[in-house]
Amino acid sequence: MKRLLLAMSFTVAALVTGAALAIDSEPPFTDGALQTRYEALTHEFRCLVCQDETVADSNADLAADFRRQIHDMVAAGRTDAEIKSYMVDRYGDFVLYRPPLRVGTVFLWVGPFLLLAACLVVGYLVVRHRAVDEEDADSP
Amino acid sequence: MKKLQQYAPFVIPALVLLFLIGLFARGLFLDPTKVQSPLIGKAAPKFSLPGLYDPARRLDQGIFQGQVSLLNVWGAWCVACQEEHPVLVDLAKRKLLPIYGLDYHDDRTAALAMLQKGGDPYTAILDDASGDVAIDWGVYGAPETFLLDKHGVIRDKFIGPLTPELIEDKLAPEVRALQAETP
Repeated sequence: MKRLLLAMSFTVAALVTGAALAIDSEPPFTDGALQTRYEALTHEFRCLVCQDETVADSNADLAADFRRQIHDMVAAGRTDAEIKSYMVDRYGDFVLYRPPLRVGTVFLWVGPFLLLAACLVVGYLVVRHRAVDEEDADSP
Repeated sequence: MKKLQQYAPFVIPALVLLFLIGLFARGLFLDPTKVQSPLIGKAAPKFSLPGLYDPARRLDQGIFQGQVSLLNVWGAWCVACQEEHPVLVDLAKRKLLPIYGLDYHDDRTAALAMLQKGGDPYTAILDDASGDVAIDWGVYGAPETFLLDKHGVIRDKFIGPLTPELIEDKLAPEVRALQAETP
């Protein structure tokens, strides 16, 4: 019980400091809606220095520059679509944390479902095959 | 037909496995840190930046007009750039083409000290202290080198330090081909 409590307090501490570490170089927007948009956008882009982190999570200088640019663009009234195309024009699709649905990326999106369907078909065939075998064995 | 059914449970998984092995083997030899720039084939992004030596003198994308040139993104803080530096100095001595520098996110004093110590291969240096212009160029790590044609269009990009081999095998032939293009 004591250990459980300890583990729980560590988890809580980690969560709290984690939130506190999410530093913004710019002061937060006073308008809550803008701040929400800004935060959502920083989670949409990849930091290209540390490629598995989003711009929001990364401590790299480049991510800080991206955050500043995104902040300025949101402040200047640019739409989400404009900000996304600004980034993609310069860095390519890879800068988006979620790949867009295109001819070249269809397999990324559809692949898992195709695999699942293939597994279901194979499973069905195996089970049916077994049932037929058993019937064969039963018949005299 | 009977035979096919007999072997299918072994042959099909083996084929799938081979396909996956092929896929993963290819993945092993891809370098995910090298992201191809969408700017290749496009005109150099517009900018206006102070020169590193003389901040009062501003430079813009017009510097790339009229001849094939390089833009090298570097910084004194960047270890790979320090390794690349003598290679650039050698390249500049060959007078193959002008090399412009973009001093990225740097401390001006440190940058000048590095040039004084190792030599200055650059025809002119832009001082991008904030890193905003570098973002316009799609820079994500130094050193990066852009090859521009006579019209100031980006034709190729090299990510990571230039080496003598890379210059001999890839850059120099590309430069010559671009220089041979009609103006």
